[in-house]
Amino acid sequence: MHEIQHHILPKEDFGDFIFRLAKIQSLVAPVRRGERNFAFEPVASGDEVSLRYLPTILPPKKYFFPQREVLLEFDTGRGLHAEPVGLAGPLTIFGVPTCDLAGIQCLNMVFSVRPRDHNYLIRKRKITIIGLECNVYCDEHASCTLVNANLPSGGYDLFFTDLGDSFIVHVNTQAGDDIIDATRHFRPAGERDLQALSALREGKRSLFRNEVAVDQRHIPALFAASFESPLWKDLDEQCLSCGSCTQVCPTCYCFDVRDELNLDMRTGVRCRVWDSCQTEPFAKVAGGENFRKSRRERQRHRYFRKFSYPVEKFSRFFCTGCGRCTRACMAGIRLKDTLSALVAQGGEGPWKG
Amino acid sequence: MERIVIAESNYRVRKARIVRIKGLTPIEKLFEIVLDGGRSLDHEPGQFIMVSLFGVGEAPISVASSPTMRDSFEICVRAVGRVTNALHKLQAGDEIGIRGPYGRGFPIRIFEGNDLLIIAGGLGIAPLRSLIQYVLDNRRDFGKAHLLLGCKTPQDILFADEIDQWRRRMDVQSECIVDRAEQDWTGPVGLITTLIPGVHLEPERTFAVVVGPPVMYKFVLKELLAKRIPEHQIILSFERHMKCGMGKCGRCQIQSLYTCQDGPAFRYSAVKHMSEAF
Repeated sequence: MHEIQHHILPKEDFGDFIFRLAKIQSLVAPVRRGERNFAFEPVASGDEVSLRYLPTILPPKKYFFPQREVLLEFDTGRGLHAEPVGLAGPLTIFGVPTCDLAGIQCLNMVFSVRPRDHNYLIRKRKITIIGLECNVYCDEHASCTLVNANLPSGGYDLFFTDLGDSFIVHVNTQAGDDIIDATRHFRPAGERDLQALSALREGKRSLFRNEVAVDQRHIPALFAASFESPLWKDLDEQCLSCGSCTQVCPTCYCFDVRDELNLDMRTGVRCRVWDSCQTEPFAKVAGGENFRKSRRERQRHRYFRKFSYPVEKFSRFFCTGCGRCTRACMAGIRLKDTLSALVAQGGEGPWKG
Repeated sequence: MERIVIAESNYRVRKARIVRIKGLTPIEKLFEIVLDGGRSLDHEPGQFIMVSLFGVGEAPISVASSPTMRDSFEICVRAVGRVTNALHKLQAGDEIGIRGPYGRGFPIRIFEGNDLLIIAGGLGIAPLRSLIQYVLDNRRDFGKAHLLLGCKTPQDILFADEIDQWRRRMDVQSECIVDRAEQDWTGPVGLITTLIPGVHLEPERTFAVVVGPPVMYKFVLKELLAKRIPEHQIILSFERHMKCGMGKCGRCQIQSLYTCQDGPAFRYSAVKHMSEAF
């Protein structure tokens, strides 16, 4: 790898950079889909790419852990013949914001912990990630500063920051360096470029302020004290159990495993599909017992799976502050409001700043 | 995108063959299963497997036989869901798929040298049978053994012939109680909790192992604690609908615990504050 860690891509070369990048291997990037919606989709040229955008409808999780994924192909006509399979291919994702980089880091931990999930890991190895910094907030629902996801902290091959007339690009891996070499438009960053980057990050420190009135260090204790909070009852009355919040979440990974039989009634696939802990049958067992039968318990479970349980298991929050759950909620349940209400109703504790 | 064969996939199933089916009740059957190549399942009492019928799906089912039975293993299946109903339609000689064993079973090494109070409610006898058989096959490794078995009616009793054998043994105290019965039932009638006060035990050297329907735990626990059995010496096993068995799918989560990996057998002391456990 070159010693140079930062490169400059002039803005006028961005279109050709994307064009060349798309020639190397399949490329996806944020694309506008209607008024306030964006999605990661295949692109071939720079003008298709949205550089200022709200978090996409679905996070880039869909490329690592697809909505529906074949695990086994079976043929009952050949005894118990079944072949474990996966679909994977070289892919570059351009324009991943820091919240979504954090989301991918969370999933990497989940699927790397033993027993390892080979379907995920094989796919991950073939994906190149190019991050893109948010210089300003996407909208009022983001809470990335609360969870330290407003600044880059690894998890990418290249990372783009918009400096006005150019992008300054941080090279983090050999795969990233190969792109710099192959696409040609880059020059090493100079002292002034690095100063401009430092100034931008300094400016972000005052622009991005903790969005919820609680120090993140106190969140685990706040949750430990809030299991029986009356707030969950409030959410019970609001929540429609539609599961939108979990479907758009960059760190939700619950799934169902089901068989799909072909019309020949002989061959088929066993696949896994995204599931949601918010739906009524999720925690039900065959005998009919449901261990989270109320929406109160299910909403509480969702919040604890973001701010409490993963802290015990993975030493990090599984909320990236992207704000998708709030934007997607038809009932107006807002993550920032939920956290604020927990602080307000949480009684005395260190979280009462 | 390219199709890749993932040889190391954790979703690969092992071929197995049903060698014997025994009807226990109208809705419960015992299946004896041999793994392809005659390999041993190599499980611990209290662990579970994922049973696979291609085109129907998978279901988590506890192993009902002791690992001391090496050439085959048994599962006791109640026909309640898609997979279990399909299993009930199979015959000896049919093939099924197996993943596992998964989870933490009963801590048999820690039980050794201690007394056991084993309490089974309904289908809870299925995982406990793996422990009971193991204890009987290694009888000298354990202290006193009490078995308390509860069922709705005498017709619902699973493994009646084996229970009869256990009852005749001198080195096991065994009692069976039913919720309600016709006149030909000579045993006790009532809830399983009523049997606990009569058991003579030394609480500090007794491990209680309880498996049954969720509603049973609360009342049984109250009696066990009244007997002064320490909370960490009470072992419970929970039923949840695992989809992966590997701590990923989220279906079996009890707050921060995954039943499939952290359990299904838990010490009461580890779960007593978890309302989602009961």
